[in-house]
Amino acid sequence: MTTALRDTDTEPAEVRTARRPRRPRRRERGVDPIPWWLRIVVALVGLYFILPTLFVIPMSFSTATTFQFPPKGFSFQLYENFFTHKVWLQSLRNSVLVALLAALLATVVGTAAALGLHHLTGRLARLVRTLLMISIVTPAIVIAVAVYISFLKWHLVGSLGGYVLAHAVIGVPFVLVSVTSALGGFDPKLLRASASLGAPPWRTFLRVTMPLISRGIVTGAIFAFVTSFDEVVIALFLRSPRFQTLPVQMYNSVTVEIDPTIAASSSVVVIAVTVLCLVLQFVGTRRKSR
Amino acid sequence: MSVTTSHAAAPAPLPPRAGTRIRLANVTKDYGLAVPAVDDVSLTIEPGEFMTLLGPSGSGKTTTLNLIAGFETLTAGTISLNGADVSELPSHKRNLGMLFQNYALFPHMTVAQNVAYPLRERKLPKADITRKVAEVLDLVQLTGRDGHFPAQLSGGQQQRVALARAIVFGPKALLLDEPLGALDRNLRATLQLEIRRIHREVGSTFVFVTHDQEEAMNLSDRIALFNNGRIEQVGTPEALYQSPETLFTARFLGDSNVFELSRVAEGTGTWEDQTWPVDSRTVSPRVGAGGRSALVVRPEDVRLVAGDGVVPPGATSVPATIRDIEYMGAYRTAVLSLGRGNAVGRARLDATESKLGIGQPVLAWWLVERQRIVAA
Ligand SMILES: Nc1ncnc2c1ncn2[C@@H]1O[C@H](COP(=O)(O)OP(=O)(O)OP(=O)(O)O)[C@@H](O)[C@H]1O
Ligand SMILES: [Mg+2]
Repeated sequence: MTTALRDTDTEPAEVRTARRPRRPRRRERGVDPIPWWLRIVVALVGLYFILPTLFVIPMSFSTATTFQFPPKGFSFQLYENFFTHKVWLQSLRNSVLVALLAALLATVVGTAAALGLHHLTGRLARLVRTLLMISIVTPAIVIAVAVYISFLKWHLVGSLGGYVLAHAVIGVPFVLVSVTSALGGFDPKLLRASASLGAPPWRTFLRVTMPLISRGIVTGAIFAFVTSFDEVVIALFLRSPRFQTLPVQMYNSVTVEIDPTIAASSSVVVIAVTVLCLVLQFVGTRRKSR
Repeated sequence: MSVTTSHAAAPAPLPPRAGTRIRLANVTKDYGLAVPAVDDVSLTIEPGEFMTLLGPSGSGKTTTLNLIAGFETLTAGTISLNGADVSELPSHKRNLGMLFQNYALFPHMTVAQNVAYPLRERKLPKADITRKVAEVLDLVQLTGRDGHFPAQLSGGQQQRVALARAIVFGPKALLLDEPLGALDRNLRATLQLEIRRIHREVGSTFVFVTHDQEEAMNLSDRIALFNNGRIEQVGTPEALYQSPETLFTARFLGDSNVFELSRVAEGTGTWEDQTWPVDSRTVSPRVGAGGRSALVVRPEDVRLVAGDGVVPPGATSVPATIRDIEYMGAYRTAVLSLGRGNAVGRARLDATESKLGIGQPVLAWWLVERQRIVAA
């Protein structure tokens, strides 16, 4: 009480010290330097991971009509093939369409599931979580056969809807995981604060929850997109002459036609996926620098 | 409240509002644990009153506040605001401001956006929002920080923003759950004063939760003391301190010397082998016939005289030995062993008593009207 009275006329301490806006400090660097041998190991592992992907890029500029390494000559012939042949273009278009729709569906379902399961700890919640995650551990061929058999019955084989439904299922776990981890840093008190300020639950979701977990949602959506985009096993079962995706066309081009255009299409895919990952990185750093 | 939620521009900055009467009738919340978190609580909080819910950890203060806010559903009972039953009303329709211990500011919004949040939800015109935000930031002394993000502010500043956000829409009442719990001592004292000032200026009902008795005493018009999900006693800070009805209240607020009485009858109380006079006016109504009772007296009401000294006639006295003397800054306190030596007590020393030394046999005495017989 006495302290309180004495403090009336003095300016509170925190007003004095915080005149300038303070930015949160960047990640602190460790004290120990990284040893040279560890740097070499890291470089080797890194190369091991990216070399196979990089091989395909020089090959895509080859003039040869069959597969050869090292590539011979230099031309844009294969790219010309890729971007002028209807089969390639059509399958690229199909892949993008399927991946977009599947990612959208997986994102909605995965986000809703993550939000719903976040506060639940019971046995039922754990069961639901496991069920949603199951497609990550099930061998693709098992899912493919199951999907094929049931979709035959429902006349979904070879249709856009069939691809989207099947690919959404394998995309959901990625969204569920990334949104759940984003929710880990989300203070549930904010929901109560928002309600006390007069916002109904759906407004709270739009104005508070979603902006704060957007990184998890975007990450999950991109993973779901990429997963669908390069999915080949289920797509092989669902293909029809009317509708097939790019990975299936690539598979055909090697096994049936021995067409080196695949080098160009692979490069396109590699670059597209790399760009997506860079976007993801960018989203991440922009958020953090706040 | 209707003043500010209407779209017409209010003339004066944050005009004083008549408060809201909050009534809890037989409110119970049972989580299925051994005892209900809130057990048959009835309490009326008057318009414009500063009511503090005080009590030890786990006594049900937060649960009660959350029930008023609508964050939890009632197991039994009703809650009404100005006579209107809101028991079934979702929290976003109750129009009550809320302050949390960890501030609960929206981290992705600036100070101005945080404060504008409730106004935007109420679809106020943009110009009104800008004006009200500026006014309320001025009220909490945070002018010029509109563009900062919460992470760029200190704890005290964040709580001021939260306070501004919670009152800017003219809520029916403000609910505060240990809002100063995370702040250091000096800042707590500053913000206590600020909260009192804002309570005076805004004039609405405040319901404040704390487990800090000093804070409760400083701030409140009335205190509701919670224990095990029930209200032990409701009253002004003076009433609770000077006329506790139960041993729990006497012990929770301030220091007490406690003598558990074996018998209270015919104007006397028996402790150990002593028989003391008891004034019936100092007997708490909660002391039932045959119920256990205790005599309590505050350390500042206990006087000491050296063993052979004289005690005023009619005062209650008990032989004691000074065990220790504690230096408290403004005064010193003697720690006593009383009677046969099993009971420990305390007496605040005044100027004449300060020459008494440790180990000295003394007589501890107090005036009969200073003692209080409470339910044990
Ligand atoms: N959501 C819940 N589920 C189950 N039990 C709960 C829940 N919330 C509170 N309780 C229990 O209810 C009782 C009262 O809790 P409450 O949070 O109201 O206490 P409090 O008086 O606010 O204490 P503190 O001072 O520690 O905040 C406690 O025993 C607590 O464990
Ligand atoms: Mg609490």
